[in-house]
Amino acid sequence: MKPNMARRTPMADAPQGTSKTPRQWLADYRWVLLIATADLLAWLLVPAQTPLVLHNTWDYFVEMVVVLIPVAVLMGLFDVWVPKQLIGKYLGRESGWKGLALSLLFGTAPTGPLYAAFPIAGMLLQRGASPLNVVVFLNTWAAIKIPQLLVETSFLGPSFMLARLTLTVPSAILMGWLIQKGIDRTGGLDVVPVEPEHAT
Amino acid sequence: MAADCELLAVRRNIKYNLESRMSSALTWGTYIVVFGALAVLAARDRAKARQAVRVAVKSFLGVFPSMLAIVGLIGLLLGIVSPQLISSYLGQGRGWWATIAATLVGAVMFIPSLVAFPLAASLLRSGASIATIAAFLTTLVMVGTVTLPLEIRHLGRKMAVGRNVLSLLSAFLIAIIMGMVLR
Repeated sequence: MKPNMARRTPMADAPQGTSKTPRQWLADYRWVLLIATADLLAWLLVPAQTPLVLHNTWDYFVEMVVVLIPVAVLMGLFDVWVPKQLIGKYLGRESGWKGLALSLLFGTAPTGPLYAAFPIAGMLLQRGASPLNVVVFLNTWAAIKIPQLLVETSFLGPSFMLARLTLTVPSAILMGWLIQKGIDRTGGLDVVPVEPEHAT
Repeated sequence: MAADCELLAVRRNIKYNLESRMSSALTWGTYIVVFGALAVLAARDRAKARQAVRVAVKSFLGVFPSMLAIVGLIGLLLGIVSPQLISSYLGQGRGWWATIAATLVGAVMFIPSLVAFPLAASLLRSGASIATIAAFLTTLVMVGTVTLPLEIRHLGRKMAVGRNVLSLLSAFLIAIIMGMVLR
């Protein structure tokens, strides 16, 4: 039951200065509670798998925290250091090949699961990066990472790795272009501002 | 059973060698760069650095509940549907149906590359086609059904759904081409 405890501790360490009502806490953590219930059900139905479930949950929890800390600091640095126009200039619609190359580079540089890239991509999008560049960034983050490519080579051979790599890059760019067209044609972006309650 | 043991041994071996060492080096590098930048900012402008930390804490706490839910879901999914189970299921099928099944399994499951590549190699040895393996790996890394709600929240419905659907299609195309090119 260790991961379940780990899930509850963040609630106990409520951040000072924020005044969230219990109802808001419940709304924020409703999915966590749902999954904790599912874990309990799994414990009742397939008890043999429970240690594995808990072990996995704990492993991914640690990974998430390790990855999200630098992501959060990066968001903070971007917020105070990088002017809006700069992102628009280098990753916006007029950025052309340079913007595309920059997005590819940004995507391959970091390590970590794809979900860690969502906040960064959302922030870039809200600050004027083009949908094309954001999609390219996300897809390269997902599919092209140097450690991942090395593991792929060692298990499936260099030709497999190279074939997948050379097919993935153009498909990511084509996909970004299609999505950008689609968004333009249907009346622009539909991003909900992240954490509206913090906009003070 | 022997295959399971082999897979586990391979996984453990790789875990303490290649990827883990590189990943942890990269993780430490990221920490050093990011916190170093924060320190430079703090030396130059204390108020701005404080603001950056405030934004960082807020963004961390903002994504924490949904991330926790996703982590829980992944842990549950991987605990009940083990890689070995997927392997025995996908290893049996032949032809295009196997490729389509692999595409869908890859889209729904969330398996870290540390486990996914040894799994793919064992599938290949047990007789799965190149196209099936390519489809499985490509959707696995590019399509995230579990994380889709989070993606929609940050990027909007159009972009998130568009990216996942198009990734699914392109994974299938990539698989077909790779099946033709590689023998």
